[in-house]
Amino acid sequence: MTENKLVVSTSPHIRDTANTRKIMLQVIIALAPATIYALVIFGLPAFWVLLASISGALLGEFAMQKGRRLPVTLSDGSAFLTGLLLALTLPPELPWWIALVGGLTATILGKQIFGGLGHNIFNPALVGRAVVFVSWASYMTTSYFKSAAIGIANTSAHQHIVDLVSGATPLAAMKAVYDPAGATFVPQGLNASNYYKPLLLANPWGCIGEVSALLLILGGLYLIATRIIDWRIPLTYVGTVAVLTAFTGRDPLFYTLSGGLLIGAIYMATDYTTSPLSSRGKVIFGLGLGLMTFLLRFWSNNPEGVMFSILFMNGMVPLIDRYILPRKYGKLRCAEEGG
Amino acid sequence: MSKTLRLFHRIRGGIYPPRNKHFTRERPILKIEAPERVVIPLQQHIGTPCKPRVKKGDEVGVGTLIGDAEAYVSSPVHSSVSGKVAQVAPQPHPLGGDKLAVIIENDGLYTPDPSLRAPYPWREMPPEEIRKAVRSAGIVGMGGATFPTHVKLSPPSDSPIDTVIINGSECEPYLTSDFRLLVEEADLVVEGLNIIMKAVGAGKGIVAIADKKIEAIENVEATARGTGIEVFPLKTRYPAGAEKVLITNVLGREVPSGGLPMNVGVVVNNVGTSHAMAHYFAAGLPLVERVVTVNGSAVVNPSNLMIPLGTSFSAAVEACGGFREPPGKVIMGGPMMGLAQYTLDVPVIKGTSGILALSVEEAGYRIPTEPICIRCGRCVDACPMNLVPTYLASYTHAGKWDELRRFNILDCIECGCCTYVCPTKNPIVQLVKTGKAELARMKRREDKRKEELAAVDAEGGGDDGE
Repeated sequence: MTENKLVVSTSPHIRDTANTRKIMLQVIIALAPATIYALVIFGLPAFWVLLASISGALLGEFAMQKGRRLPVTLSDGSAFLTGLLLALTLPPELPWWIALVGGLTATILGKQIFGGLGHNIFNPALVGRAVVFVSWASYMTTSYFKSAAIGIANTSAHQHIVDLVSGATPLAAMKAVYDPAGATFVPQGLNASNYYKPLLLANPWGCIGEVSALLLILGGLYLIATRIIDWRIPLTYVGTVAVLTAFTGRDPLFYTLSGGLLIGAIYMATDYTTSPLSSRGKVIFGLGLGLMTFLLRFWSNNPEGVMFSILFMNGMVPLIDRYILPRKYGKLRCAEEGG
Repeated sequence: MSKTLRLFHRIRGGIYPPRNKHFTRERPILKIEAPERVVIPLQQHIGTPCKPRVKKGDEVGVGTLIGDAEAYVSSPVHSSVSGKVAQVAPQPHPLGGDKLAVIIENDGLYTPDPSLRAPYPWREMPPEEIRKAVRSAGIVGMGGATFPTHVKLSPPSDSPIDTVIINGSECEPYLTSDFRLLVEEADLVVEGLNIIMKAVGAGKGIVAIADKKIEAIENVEATARGTGIEVFPLKTRYPAGAEKVLITNVLGREVPSGGLPMNVGVVVNNVGTSHAMAHYFAAGLPLVERVVTVNGSAVVNPSNLMIPLGTSFSAAVEACGGFREPPGKVIMGGPMMGLAQYTLDVPVIKGTSGILALSVEEAGYRIPTEPICIRCGRCVDACPMNLVPTYLASYTHAGKWDELRRFNILDCIECGCCTYVCPTKNPIVQLVKTGKAELARMKRREDKRKEELAAVDAEGGGDDGE
């Protein structure tokens, strides 16, 4: 017969069709509705933030890989996703150059310094955000949307709140309500329940990605259904926050929907590289996140605590992965036999 | 173990690759003639290789003993054709490299060896006699592992066997040879199970079949009705047929780490093995042929063939109409654990459950130069042995041997699920195999060093005494 060359390699000889690029693309698709909706609500300023952040992330990745003479992997979509996630955690009226610095920091300091995809310890997008958060704190706390001219959320209850606390984020406003001791201004008559509808449907007082909790949840369900992310981290994280919040007599639903909790729990804490590998590890990670966020939200100066919670727990992941292993097969019987 | 416990104690890992069984599942087993020359390797089992019992020029018949060994863990080989021995020489072997084989010129008459006779009916034979008969028939595990069956049927007295499972899961994609046996010759498979039960003194017999093979399940249920033999439908997924996975999912028992099924009172045999045993006790002919699924997109007529051992892969493919296109990869076995071949001159052996010819397009994928892991955890979820495959791969890559032990590398069954699901196409199982081989090498070296030290100590002690 004719001599033709046969490929010889070890098994398995077939592979799943999933690859890094497809996974990143799925996450981007899940975030698309919230992103597009945010652009509709916030308009051009948010667009510049988004553009600057993503460009910064791509540029940082490209420069580092070129500089280290490594193959450039922009096409795997991970740098784009980092830029997108960072933008979604920035205020819509942030000057574009801060977003650009954030994007550059995210991929250079958050990811490539450690050796690139799969090697970083901390969530790159949150490293970028942490750097701009501490560097330009005033911009980060005052660049929220001030106009309340949003039709969808424009109920009477909503109008009432806006009159009371123009410019403040719901978490900041409620922190003053629940904990008036250190507050400069305590909005009288403000209830957590006034915020439910705007938070779910159209929240003008938050970061770009916090515009609609509903769209974030739908995106999360899509990712869980397509098995891109595991349900354990978001569920244990949000669940822990809700339970602990309820214990302190505060409104658990409000604290679940507001701030960066949902975007953090669904899209950031589930980042593959910076979360534990095993199912058990994921549960412990989620519980730790919930506890940290609870502590930071109510016992720190900041109304928000999601970013530092995730960064803190990211640091715990190597430890979790070393000691929380999947249950060893064959151990059960050995124990029975006294082995 | 109670039924309720069974339900809760299941292995969750595994994967659902495209099964690709539809090409051959409806094709009845077709008996084919051996080519003009057959090449019968003297090692077709795990254990001591056989020594040739024939020489160039000898006349042989079908079933003539052509190789055997004194060792217990070994299995004799027999001629699959009648004719004249042309040569005894090393030949390409499907498990790699060249191994000693007997080459026989086929006279096309298939005259049986005159010394062959049907053994005594097994029901009247004591277990020891059954085991002897199984050994002399050259029967080995036909799922691919080729462990000598008579050894498996000899549990030590401290490990009583209560259950025999016939493994009919055939979880590898593309393969349908066991399915066809269950559909066409279920009576022989059930008979084989009865023989095994008698040989090991087990009271319970189970035929485990993937739940999508409804035809096979119904057929075996009908055959086994009234005999007390149970049919267990397995959830269809890979690797449902891996021995440890099978035992846990059928009985709820876990084989201890480093142990054998017999440690939990179980013996598992493949459908093909059971069939071959019953066939031997009925017809008296040793193991000289087997069912092979010839499949894959490069084959014109994918089929299930009854092939005389020693038939070359190229002759087997010819019998299926040849190649549709030049194949990119030819595999012995299934796509998940099979072995890629570098030549089609290799013969069909006792462990050849399938010959799979993939197109050039299906065969080609780029192996990354360095393991990349995005830590997605898919390998952890897929691992039926609850390991952390990505760590095993990276620690092997980094040469951290102690860490490999810590993460229980020796429990890996090399099913390849981790590598199948990996989105970065990291060759995980390849690295794990390398790591296991390196640890085994280190252990041998360590044992040798200890031996030498002990010897030196003994000598030293003697010197002091003088």
